[in-house]
Amino acid sequence: MFRNQYDTDVTTWSPAGRLFQVEYAMEAVKQGSAAIGLRSKTHVVLGCVNKANSELSSHQKKIFKVDDHIGVAIAGLTADGRVLSRYMRNECINYSFTYESPLPVGRLVVQLADKAQVCTQRSWKRPYGVGLLVAGLDESGAHLYYNCPSGNYFEYQAFAIGSRSQAAKTYLERRFENFTDSSRDDLVKDAITAIRETLQGETLKSSICTIAVVGVGEPFHVLDQGTVQQIIDTFEIAAEQEDPATEPDAATGQEAATEQGTAADQGGSTDEGAAPMDI
Amino acid sequence: MAADMGGSYGSTLRYKSVERMKPFGKHSLLGASGEISDFQEILHYLDELILYDNMWDDGNSLGPKEVHNYLTRVMYNRRNKFNPLWNSLVLGGVKNGNKYLGTVSMIGVNFEDNHVATGFGNHLARPILRQEWHENLSFEDGVKLLEKCMHVLLYRDRSAVNKLQIAKITKEGVTIHQPYSLKTYWEVSAFENPAQGAIGSW
Repeated sequence: MFRNQYDTDVTTWSPAGRLFQVEYAMEAVKQGSAAIGLRSKTHVVLGCVNKANSELSSHQKKIFKVDDHIGVAIAGLTADGRVLSRYMRNECINYSFTYESPLPVGRLVVQLADKAQVCTQRSWKRPYGVGLLVAGLDESGAHLYYNCPSGNYFEYQAFAIGSRSQAAKTYLERRFENFTDSSRDDLVKDAITAIRETLQGETLKSSICTIAVVGVGEPFHVLDQGTVQQIIDTFEIAAEQEDPATEPDAATGQEAATEQGTAADQGGSTDEGAAPMDI
Repeated sequence: MAADMGGSYGSTLRYKSVERMKPFGKHSLLGASGEISDFQEILHYLDELILYDNMWDDGNSLGPKEVHNYLTRVMYNRRNKFNPLWNSLVLGGVKNGNKYLGTVSMIGVNFEDNHVATGFGNHLARPILRQEWHENLSFEDGVKLLEKCMHVLLYRDRSAVNKLQIAKITKEGVTIHQPYSLKTYWEVSAFENPAQGAIGSW
């Protein structure tokens, strides 16, 4: 979209009935590094691509634990994401204190959406520039929601946001029907594969991605690098053995072939895979 | 849950048809002892709570455990402000097949148990319940056990009134039965001629 005379204020409508500032805020989400989420009946997995400013710096934290049963992955202005995570944690704690029960995910998401909506209707505010993938478990099962800067929220079986997320979305669209009954480990594998799609050629290693899981009997936690690298190794070995033509992502068969070459070189050495500096 | 229908005004048994147990929400029942006006205030708070809960319209509903904790917070906070709601509350409910029974006092003491009581019930009824309660009580046996406790209370607690109600909560919902009276026995020989063994005029 191009600049026009109706896009200075969030409180100015365009003649076509659009709020450009809100749409620009959604653009900010598309610029952030990718985050994906998928769920089965009992588990939800979040994954994100770690972006670091330079080789010298640490990568930004994009996955936050909100409560034992809720976690969030963000894409866009991570500062806004941090503030919203703090809000979510606060809401969960307050609910837990008053009711001794975990806050239902559906409620938290509505509260978040209402908070975002306020920023689209005040002349002295700006919309939050961050998209949130909220993963959580409550009495009604496992849930994955996406919260927009516009104040809308949607429930998803699987979704991807951020830059190059379309590749991940395509992969997820092809496979989502199986997710409901997937096992936890298969779900994690699918998440890592979806992340790989967004990397488009870059080698997949555990230092580039962060994976978090929440499920029945499993409080929300981020998987440690070692575990993630092991999973990456297992399916790259499987990919080597499989005929590339029969791989589900036939479109990226070419990419997989080149990746197999580099994977073979790396073997399973986590030393090469580790970031220059890891906090 | 069982409660008699007496509403006292100090030491006068002023009101004889007070419903001291009320259902609320889909899953729960609240019974109270103490100041009736404070009980009505609490019901008002709960109505508001349930209303807001329903307004979310998201399929989630507050269960007995959540309400119990909410009430604990309310009672404790009032106690801290030296302005207590002068009640002892019993909260029971069934949600998703899970049974819950808890109590909150006017100073905010709260706990869950298999059997709870307020006031004199703690001294007269709970020992009976401790002996005779077991997990597999049928509804009829449960009522008989409660009636046994209410009998003792009727005989021994001067603020008790012989008109009681039984409330039943299952996963289908809450039913409060019509009031009825317990059969009492006063033909004890000591009451026949009370002055018989007395020295003096009484």
